[in-house]
Amino acid sequence: MIGFLFSLVAVLVLVGIALVGVGGLGLKVLFGVIIPYAAVLTFFAGLVYRVVDWARSPVPFRIPTTCGQEKSLAWIKPNKIDNPCSTGAVVLRMIFEVLTFRSLFRNMKLDYREGPKIRYSSEKFLWLFALMFHYAFLVVILRHLRFFTEPIALWQQTLEHLDGFMEFNLASYAIGLPTIQLSGLVLLGGVTLLLVRRIIVPGVRYISLAADWFPLFLITFICLTGILARYVVRIDVVKVKEMAMGLATFHPVVPDGISVWFYIHLFLVCVLFAYFPFSKLMHMGGVFLSPTRNLVNNSRAVRHVNPWSYPVKTHSYQEYEDDFREEMVEAGLPVDKSLEEAAAEKAAKEAPAAPETQETEEKRED
Amino acid sequence: MDTKPEFKPGTFLYAGKASALETVGLANPRDWSPTDDDWKLPADWKGIVREGMAERLQRFRSFKLFMDICVRCGACADKCHFFIGSGDPKNMPVLRAELIRSIYRGEMKTAGKILGKLAGGRKLTEDVIKEWFYYFYQCTECRRCSVFCPYGIDTAEITIIAREILNLLGTNIDWIASPVANCFMTGNHLGLKPHTFKENIEYLLDDIEEYVGVKIEPSFNRKGAEILFVTPSGDVFAEPGIFTLMGYLMLFDHIGLDYTWSTYASEGGNFGFFTSHEMMKRLNAKMYAESKRLGVKWILGGECGHMWRVVHQYMDTLNGPADWLEQPINPLTGTRFENAASTKMVHITEFTADLIKNNKLKLDPSQNDHIIPTFHDSCNTSRGMGMLEEPRYVLNNVCNNFVDMAPQVIRENTFCCGSGSGLNAGEYLEMRFRGGLPRANAVKRVHEDHGVNMLSCVCAIDRAVFPALMDYWVPGVGVCGVSELVANALVMEGQGEREYNLRGEENPSYKPPAEDEASAEAGEEGEE
Repeated sequence: MIGFLFSLVAVLVLVGIALVGVGGLGLKVLFGVIIPYAAVLTFFAGLVYRVVDWARSPVPFRIPTTCGQEKSLAWIKPNKIDNPCSTGAVVLRMIFEVLTFRSLFRNMKLDYREGPKIRYSSEKFLWLFALMFHYAFLVVILRHLRFFTEPIALWQQTLEHLDGFMEFNLASYAIGLPTIQLSGLVLLGGVTLLLVRRIIVPGVRYISLAADWFPLFLITFICLTGILARYVVRIDVVKVKEMAMGLATFHPVVPDGISVWFYIHLFLVCVLFAYFPFSKLMHMGGVFLSPTRNLVNNSRAVRHVNPWSYPVKTHSYQEYEDDFREEMVEAGLPVDKSLEEAAAEKAAKEAPAAPETQETEEKRED
Repeated sequence: MDTKPEFKPGTFLYAGKASALETVGLANPRDWSPTDDDWKLPADWKGIVREGMAERLQRFRSFKLFMDICVRCGACADKCHFFIGSGDPKNMPVLRAELIRSIYRGEMKTAGKILGKLAGGRKLTEDVIKEWFYYFYQCTECRRCSVFCPYGIDTAEITIIAREILNLLGTNIDWIASPVANCFMTGNHLGLKPHTFKENIEYLLDDIEEYVGVKIEPSFNRKGAEILFVTPSGDVFAEPGIFTLMGYLMLFDHIGLDYTWSTYASEGGNFGFFTSHEMMKRLNAKMYAESKRLGVKWILGGECGHMWRVVHQYMDTLNGPADWLEQPINPLTGTRFENAASTKMVHITEFTADLIKNNKLKLDPSQNDHIIPTFHDSCNTSRGMGMLEEPRYVLNNVCNNFVDMAPQVIRENTFCCGSGSGLNAGEYLEMRFRGGLPRANAVKRVHEDHGVNMLSCVCAIDRAVFPALMDYWVPGVGVCGVSELVANALVMEGQGEREYNLRGEENPSYKPPAEDEASAEAGEEGEE
């Protein structure tokens, strides 16, 4: 629980920092220009560093987790996605993994009965919440690109139109609210559900670290401040766009008259960007590199090379036969060297004893 | 994370014997027990662990990635058979991994070094090593969790590497270390010397002659054979594995296969896999070395689980390329095993399925009519290979009553026997029964609903451990290898009356020959 409280407090402190920094001290350049640039730089540099760092470690063995029939005999139908037999199939497996969370979709729940009996039932909530969360986040990010582009591209308009299909909600016209963008609400809903799940499912609560709570709280507050800025405080979007375009074109300007709520929102986003590469959020990049998912299951058909392979000491057949020659001959097993040959060789070697050990050592090196 | 494991009898494994460690040159051979306060770790054990971890982070992308990207979503939590059977939270795959991740953060990451527990970090202490020993020898490397992980995090991979690190300190278990030493010296885990290996098989040949009425004379260490056959040595040694081995002998005789056994490459299994990647390579080298010495064309492998993960995913990388071998072709059907083009090693079940598909076997499945078998997918052949249909095809052709268990517990979702990866020791029985509960529970269901009375499998460890597990959880269910059921159904040339099965028991499905039918029926009626 210490991680839970620490993370909540940490996010509240972050809110406080922006509130005091901009609202109290008026550090608009710091919070509106310097921190955003630093955060974005950290994000991209960190992202590249982490991915390169992972990629520097080789994949010595071909270890896909096979979740379906392999390609074997011609008349047996292989499961190409879950047991990929070609690069194309791996691409397909990864697409399903990344876009539809296929592995998570498999999830099932067990419950104990008297007996003891165990039952397994489908459990799709985690998959559903995760899907809600990630797709809503994607749409929110894409929508925010309108602040950084001029003119607004057709796809952006279309996306906004789709996202705002709740426009039919006359009530919002009546009270003069801007178009309700569904993605923001779904994102808040998704992150809340994930948070609640982490709190109420005992097993998940038990395994949770501060590193799990912190991003959840951070994203929750980003959603809240964003929604607040759009629908309640009604920040001056034109000025925000002016500022965003300034940042995007490297001619930063800090227009007056933007609400402090915007700065809080921006600061939390900056923290998320800067925190991202050093956190579990890197699962975004990591999933593409996972050797149990991104390898073709063809290790019997095509040799996989281990770049750091080294020779090892084995026990050769010759050594084995030397150990057991008499028993083997007695049992009628064929031998490479007859008892007489072996005895003669031994006698010959025992006379000049010195070089013998070295020779066997060499033989042992595989 | 703060609760220390308690080394209670039945829940931990005995320490590796010094003599075994010395035979293969493993670190820190000494006399010790997990119940001792002082584990006699090497003087600089912390440095060894840190260096060992750093080296493996550089060598294995899997390890490095799996240390970093877990989001602790909990999808894996209830997928582990040891968690289901023990309720111990550290048996949740996510927490098993956190046992080592916390050290990774606390010892190697800046945030973890400074913030400690708040950043999920821990310091390395002797208690950590004891905990690792307890829990990394309480994972069977079955990979079930990795099926459900959205990032494919594979606890088997983490356990494999954790055990490598434990081995650097000499903290290993006897049930793995002794078979490794045996296998290194004699070619097989059981330490069967060449003459004993041959004699054991000869006993089984006598049994075949007695119960089936055919005399089979296989060859050993024969140069110039077309095929080298390698199977786990458990099949040579103990029931019910020996009946599976009798099955191989009969099958090969039935089709007149030109093959040889080897007393040197007399082990398909590889407990080196449960020690380190290096030891896996050292032990596995025998198969290819022997195939070269004997001049065979390709290798056929018997029924085994982890053996097949090693052969399928590691062998070619470790010991290949085996240029002297040829791409396997079934000499009877002409089928080219494209999927084994590089390793040149074919699974007996693939081979048998191919024979049946091409009508090369004379089968009488009614010989198995009294048997209602289900099939246990081995962890390794399902999740580390994908051999799912072949055994089912074979079973459906040699039996009339095959019943599958529920989809949640078979194929890629299969549950481990609870004793894999070298944990099948006698002193570990309580944990094995706990870990085997989910599998047993699923068998119980088909036993009650469909009258299943035989658990068939393609794994030597399964055959060794399931009889006790079934007796405990589901009495009345026997255990056999798929090849035993094949042999039951084989109509051997020149066979006698099949009144007895390979186990020497009267065969309830035996039907006397047609000419005696009338009198036999009369006799039965008389009895009624």
